[in-house]
Amino acid sequence: MRHIISILLENEAGALSRVAGLFSARAYNIETLTVAPTEDVSLSRLTIVTTGTDAVIEQITKQLNKLIDVIKVVDLSEAAHIERELMLIKVRATGKDREELKRLADIFRGHIIDVTESTYVIELTASGSKLDSFIQAIDAGLILETVRTGVCGIGRGERILKV
Amino acid sequence: MTMMTGAEIVIRCLQEEKVEYVFGYPGGAVLHIYDALFKQDQVKHVLVRHEQAAVHAADGLARSSNRVGVALVTSGPGATNAVTGIATAYMDSIPVVVISGQVPNDYIGQDAFQECDTVGITRPCVKHNFLVNDVHKLALTLKKAFYIANSGRPGPVVVDIPKDVTAAKCKFEYPEAIQMRSYNPVVKGHLGQIRKAVHLLLEARRPMIYTGGGVILANGAEQLTRLTRRLGFPITNTLMGLGAFPATDPQFLGMPGMHGTVEANLAMQHCDVLLAIGARFDDRVIGNPDNFASIPRKIIHVDIDPSSISKRVKVDIPIVGNVPDVIEEMIRLLDAGNAAPDAQALAAWWKEIAAWRAKQCMKYARKKNVIMPQYVIEKLYEVTAGKAIVTSDVGQHQMWAAQYYKFDEPRRWINSGGLGTMGVGLPYAMGAALQHPEMPIVCVTGEGSIQMCIQELSTAKQFRLPIKIINLNNRYLGMVRQWQEMFYGSRYSESYMDSLPDFVKLAEAYGHVGIRVERPEDVEPALRKAFIDHRDDLVFIDFITDQKANVFPMVAAGKGLADMILTEDL
Repeated sequence: MRHIISILLENEAGALSRVAGLFSARAYNIETLTVAPTEDVSLSRLTIVTTGTDAVIEQITKQLNKLIDVIKVVDLSEAAHIERELMLIKVRATGKDREELKRLADIFRGHIIDVTESTYVIELTASGSKLDSFIQAIDAGLILETVRTGVCGIGRGERILKV
Repeated sequence: MTMMTGAEIVIRCLQEEKVEYVFGYPGGAVLHIYDALFKQDQVKHVLVRHEQAAVHAADGLARSSNRVGVALVTSGPGATNAVTGIATAYMDSIPVVVISGQVPNDYIGQDAFQECDTVGITRPCVKHNFLVNDVHKLALTLKKAFYIANSGRPGPVVVDIPKDVTAAKCKFEYPEAIQMRSYNPVVKGHLGQIRKAVHLLLEARRPMIYTGGGVILANGAEQLTRLTRRLGFPITNTLMGLGAFPATDPQFLGMPGMHGTVEANLAMQHCDVLLAIGARFDDRVIGNPDNFASIPRKIIHVDIDPSSISKRVKVDIPIVGNVPDVIEEMIRLLDAGNAAPDAQALAAWWKEIAAWRAKQCMKYARKKNVIMPQYVIEKLYEVTAGKAIVTSDVGQHQMWAAQYYKFDEPRRWINSGGLGTMGVGLPYAMGAALQHPEMPIVCVTGEGSIQMCIQELSTAKQFRLPIKIINLNNRYLGMVRQWQEMFYGSRYSESYMDSLPDFVKLAEAYGHVGIRVERPEDVEPALRKAFIDHRDDLVFIDFITDQKANVFPMVAAGKGLADMILTEDL
């Protein structure tokens, strides 16, 4: 099962490598990992997408909680939540492809944010699976480069992760 | 307030923490700290001969007492040499603070002389570690280090200090107590869960108590003994938990696991309610977890670390909390309810256990002309009247010491259970000897293990540590040989120890007493000579033992607990 685990941790040097190191040392799987400081600069918010059985996810949560720099851990996918991922994708845009790519970007509510005679950079924010669909919708031969941030997520409504 | 250098702050913090001994080895990056150490006499420094031994000795001191062990090493090779010691302490949850020097802040990342990423290298084998880049953070960081090392589930903490920080000055302030928003270990167990557990224990018809190192670390032996006697249940202590319940008590079934007794393993396997306390269902204890889980039983698991619960075995009643507090609460509930377990069911269960016990799985064949290693441990137990602190290295001798020396009290048996580090025995004994100068200190070892930290004979001489080294010398890496005999068609690949030193001469070369014993009838006199005539000397007794002796019973790796190989099976 796919889980989105959200972590509040001390914004200390090395804190990220403690989390990443835990996953590799215990052979847990990381699909994506994003991290950035929060409105309180002493705190970082880290989101990990992982897969595993219920027992593995329980261990992941417990092991994360054991790290000294980790303040709180929540499995976002346990209840109502929103997830988003940002992708920048550079495509070959010449001839009739220019029009087609523009149309596809519109359908997926993306934006073309860089234009040259022969390329576009399309920015797209959506759930991870939506980004996958977009990539599949484009002729693979046109894709020059993709950059994805990895998933970040937040609980719906009053579901709040705070110190 | 006076200004102090970082180096002075380090030493002052150690004084504040009432640290008596620091085990260490000087070098470039810690020269300021060693200079500050020189100018005081409250904290005593023990100069080891290799940094690995510094951490092991600090670890041994911690295991034999209830204190945090402290080691001090230099940057680069000093720190990397310490890694085995740190990982050893980590696997057994031992409170140790390791202070390492680092190259100056503005050299970090420049591939400076004796530079290594100590924090990075040690990260996976510490409870926590710090790089202190500013002298203003130094005192608080050391306070945190001691607090983290010795609270919750204990463990080693590394504090890496760049050399310029030890020269820089600031005011010294040391907080009395400390609060961390990201670290608040649970202490009190959940009352509802404890109530459920007690209820289940009283309903049990075939109950079993299984406890590990957590009981020793939490100083819960007294409470455990009271609870066990109050309930009248059978009990087993793991390799790490020996001494938590008196081994000479009839309720004690011996050690469980790969080399556990028949009665302990079968009772673990066939009980209907298992009370696990401060133990982690390690692979060497329960064997194959699928096999273990295939027999239905209810499990209550008390542990300070939630991640130990339901990690390898699914638990019915988890209780996160400090062991002695939880047990106290159980006893209180038992007393309040004035309840007792079903006496008839319990009697029937004990009868079943008695039949397993009657197999006398620890019996071994004596030989007339060859010293059996088990016999040496039996005699050691007699000669020391069971009152010694016994350290061991890793291998067959470790198992025999655990099986044949009866530990009636906690913190008397010191060995590397988790990491299984050869070479710990002598440095462990050094730490224990400094902490307990009044007690006999024994290091049970083999000719393989002892050579992994043999240089510490020199440290033991310098500090006049009257350790008795019991070398069970079978000219083989015995445990490797045993596996090769049993599982590799007796192809003894690289397990024969050739070109051994003359250990008697070696001991004498270091200024100690050496004795060689080759006949069974000389075992006891040699031990008496060592413990009585040479009470104040380090004595190295080289026992030339049976080469083919194996450790039994044995549960082969990956097998179920009931699948034991006994001596007569071969």
